[in-house]
Amino acid sequence: MSTATTPTAAEAELAVQARQVQAKSEGYWAGVWKRVRRDPVTIVCGSILLLMLLAIVFAPLIAPHDPYQGSMIRRLKPIGTPNYLLGTDELGRDILTRLLYGGRLSWFMGIAPVVIAFVVGTTLGVIAGFVGGRMNMAIMRTTDVFYAFPSVLLAVAISGALGAGIFNAILALTLVFIPQIIRVAESVTQGVRNLDFVDAARASGASGFTIVRVHVLGNVLGPIFVYATSLISVCMIIASGLSFLGLGTKPPEPEWGLMLNTLRTAIYVQPWVAVLPGACIFVTSICFNLLADGLRQAMDVKG
Amino acid sequence: MLLYLLRRVFYAVPIALAVGFVCFMLVQIAPGDPINAIVPPDAPADVVDQVRRDYGLDKPLLVQFGLWLSKVAVGDLGRSLATGRPVWADLHSAIGNTLMLAFAASSLGFVLGCVLGGLAGTFRGSVLDRTAVGVAVAGVSVPHYWLGMVMVVIFSVQLNWLPAMGAGPGGSSDWGWDWDHVKHLVLPTVTLSVIPMGIVTRTVRGIVAEIMNQEFVVALRGKGLTRWGVFLHVVKNAAPNALAVMGLQLGYLMGGSILVETVFSWPGTGLLLNSAIFQRDLPVLQGTILVLAMFFVALNLCVDLVQTALDPRIKRG
Repeated sequence: MSTATTPTAAEAELAVQARQVQAKSEGYWAGVWKRVRRDPVTIVCGSILLLMLLAIVFAPLIAPHDPYQGSMIRRLKPIGTPNYLLGTDELGRDILTRLLYGGRLSWFMGIAPVVIAFVVGTTLGVIAGFVGGRMNMAIMRTTDVFYAFPSVLLAVAISGALGAGIFNAILALTLVFIPQIIRVAESVTQGVRNLDFVDAARASGASGFTIVRVHVLGNVLGPIFVYATSLISVCMIIASGLSFLGLGTKPPEPEWGLMLNTLRTAIYVQPWVAVLPGACIFVTSICFNLLADGLRQAMDVKG
Repeated sequence: MLLYLLRRVFYAVPIALAVGFVCFMLVQIAPGDPINAIVPPDAPADVVDQVRRDYGLDKPLLVQFGLWLSKVAVGDLGRSLATGRPVWADLHSAIGNTLMLAFAASSLGFVLGCVLGGLAGTFRGSVLDRTAVGVAVAGVSVPHYWLGMVMVVIFSVQLNWLPAMGAGPGGSSDWGWDWDHVKHLVLPTVTLSVIPMGIVTRTVRGIVAEIMNQEFVVALRGKGLTRWGVFLHVVKNAAPNALAVMGLQLGYLMGGSILVETVFSWPGTGLLLNSAIFQRDLPVLQGTILVLAMFFVALNLCVDLVQTALDPRIKRG
């Protein structure tokens, strides 16, 4: 039995102070949110992305026309045509409608590979960094091989060999991004692994799994997450690029990269209509990039 | 130094082998039996078996890889399924054109990036700095194939100043040093240069800002060195890292130019890859990827060696 004593005056004082600190200091995320709120660029980019997301999610409700229904008599109308605000494409389909619907696939293909790569890459990277030794060698030397390819080339190579299709494109992009996330995850984990609190946890008998779950993940997920958000922009550009090359999405499915490709022939007829899908990719990609920068600053992640 | 060099080259060998293996696997992961890529679909079964044995396709995967590697090592990349010509014959002129474009674009990007990044790093927090950072973010976020189209719309369609496609007059694919050829190079080069421009700007800005904060710069100023003198010191400190970034960018552009080459019908490896994908010409796809990836491995090695040679702060451990 431990001797339950009445707290001394000093102990009571400490307890009161601790409670005050707890009440006053806000959580980590509240601090991050406060810093984000003070950053106009991040707020603007975040709002644009949110609006776009809403627009493409509710595309069936706001789109004025059918995305697949064309007409030979109204092909390649200019921007500002009544009823067809942003003009029509080479098959007479409404551009605005197709941009709204096209965003769904473009966003999906830009985000899905990064999310999958985030999960797989973090797992492998944390294992490599935490276990070390041969496991580290095996995982890191394998990533070195994929690093030996320029990312666009690797994506084109894999999806070119597998053939066109959304699934193949996502698979190729995931394989491109996994090694990049592994590298970041491994290096942050290495940094955390030798800190005192990990040693303390190990000394108190915690298993490796518990240490990773309780002590390591909380410290490495932030930096990896920030890095992953910065990959979304790249992923969207490459994904649309694959569709632009005829890999990825297949016609008549609306997708920004593919629309850009099919409208390329119309460049001498309706040049400004033809470049619209690319403008959408550009805006989305730059917003994701700036958002990632803002998050990095707000979460105080170095690098 | 020689020992270090040898060791670095030695380390690159397993990477090169593994890259070769990935390229070899590209044909294996392709849907369908690779034999269908060689014999016509209506060939009798015994002929198919004969060809399968001749090509070693009945042997285990690793043996096949060895066979393939021994052919590749002597420059035999197989034959194109579409044209029947050796892959290397089409590839080597394409590589010249791609190198030309990638080199021009990364040089332009490097110069612009150094100027922008240097100014931004020196005058940190100024309007100039914010503009440079904005340009850099735009440069890395822009889908360059789209930028190429916009360039064509402005400079070819609307203004009619520059040609929209090809590498020379009359669709010629051989390079020549005259105005007609240079005119064809302008738009693809500018389009492709925005990526290295953005990345070099970011890097140089960071390096310069860091150097400017160091004490030796204050000491140099304190001893009365002119602005130009301080500038030279900063350049000397920033150069190794900036050059390393630039070297890697050249490699990325070799691979990444596929999209821009498609937009401008530039007769390089990108266009070759594009038509190979379109016709499902796997030997061409495999050969092109292999050569580009090997180039990238070699370039990585060179960048490492040059950086070590230039920068005494890196230990040759």
